[in-house]
Amino acid sequence: MIGIIDYGVGNLFSLKSSFAAVGAAAEVISDPAGLAAADRLILPGVGAFGDAMDKLTGSGMAEALLAETAKGKPVLGICLGMQLLFERSLEFGVHPGLGLLRGEVRPIGEVIDPSLKIPHIGWNALHFVKPCPLFRDVREGDAVYFVHSFHAADCGDSITAVTEYSAPLTAAVMKGSVYGCQFHPEKSGRIGLSILKAFAESEACL
Amino acid sequence: MITKRIIPCLDVRNGRVVKGVRFLNNRDVASPVELAEYYSSAGADELVFYDITASAEGRSLFTDILTETARRVFIPLTVGGAINAVSDFDRVLKCGADKVSVNSGAIRNPSVIEEAARRYGSQCVVLSADVKRVNGVFHVFSKGGREDTGMEAIEWIRSGAERGAGEIVVNSMDTDGVKKGFDLELLKAVTDAVSVPVIASGGAGCIGDFITLFQTLPKVDAGLAASIFHYGEVKIEDLKEAMAREGIPARRIRRE
Repeated sequence: MIGIIDYGVGNLFSLKSSFAAVGAAAEVISDPAGLAAADRLILPGVGAFGDAMDKLTGSGMAEALLAETAKGKPVLGICLGMQLLFERSLEFGVHPGLGLLRGEVRPIGEVIDPSLKIPHIGWNALHFVKPCPLFRDVREGDAVYFVHSFHAADCGDSITAVTEYSAPLTAAVMKGSVYGCQFHPEKSGRIGLSILKAFAESEACL
Repeated sequence: MITKRIIPCLDVRNGRVVKGVRFLNNRDVASPVELAEYYSSAGADELVFYDITASAEGRSLFTDILTETARRVFIPLTVGGAINAVSDFDRVLKCGADKVSVNSGAIRNPSVIEEAARRYGSQCVVLSADVKRVNGVFHVFSKGGREDTGMEAIEWIRSGAERGAGEIVVNSMDTDGVKKGFDLELLKAVTDAVSVPVIASGGAGCIGDFITLFQTLPKVDAGLAASIFHYGEVKIEDLKEAMAREGIPARRIRRE
């Protein structure tokens, strides 16, 4: 069973429906003790980093999540959920993240052409940096749906795909069985569903 | 490269699409859920559901079909119609909408934009404006275009973006239904005034109108239309192919 972590941030309806559409059992988990029962975890999130991290920590979910990932349980962070996997964020001050991945979250305005719109919103192409099991049914150049104003920077070799918005922006990351997507697979049509299906069938890196 | 979005808009009354859509073996389809699935598979980048129901009963039928659509269609879904307060945002977001479009509700009470943006994030708040020239000046109209507010449109849109609207739908009442192309003059004024994404609406009659739109105004992010898609005058697959041919970034559906 896939556990969708509910810590009071964002709408989990589409994620739940997406897993149902690919035939994977998924449940929304609102109690930290429930994370142990899931064999894979989804860390969703929209909104501001600091607020989300406070809720994740305050609900006890952060601690429970770190305990599960330490055992090698696969986790997929989506959008802000991906950003939370990193060491820190510079969104409205400096906020520590979960630290599962090396790197920090910075405004995209620092790297993109100033004439481009922020947030980066809409469908943009994935460009592979290195192989990732979640991309087994994705092809170079397939478009997925993004909505974000911050991006993961200095993330070393965890980047599996980037997207071009006058500059390459981190689109997907992986380290062991910790995965992240800056885009919304649950809003990215058939390509997005294939990524969620691949995650549902991924093997744990113990 | 971010792609230009193509967005079909469905008017829904009492849970059914207002004008049945003729497609697939000449069958009239009035189920919003079925149409949403059809457009999604054809390559629509986003869908707008516009609830034009007046009754509470119709309203609940609308949220039912919204829930069912969000269960089956996995592209962004924007909902508009009868959005007056943050509680209306809440009602449709719970049913699986990703963005909420506010029009007359924001004219009556502009602070709803700020409240909703604070609560759900700007990416969730779409300001939709019905605009018409009055003595050579762009005016905003409310109540589905029935009432001239007297407000100058560009200033209204600019202030809406400042209040936190994350996207603007610009519907030109002058070009709407005429099918001779988008209102480029109005759209240029809007893209010059705001830095958030702008969605053009009103006037598309053929594929060439979308090409002209994106080539003339590269700052326009998306084109929205209703009847030309519903009646098959423009097929989304053909439109995307033409855009790609003209060098306009378009998302194509891969056929295996």
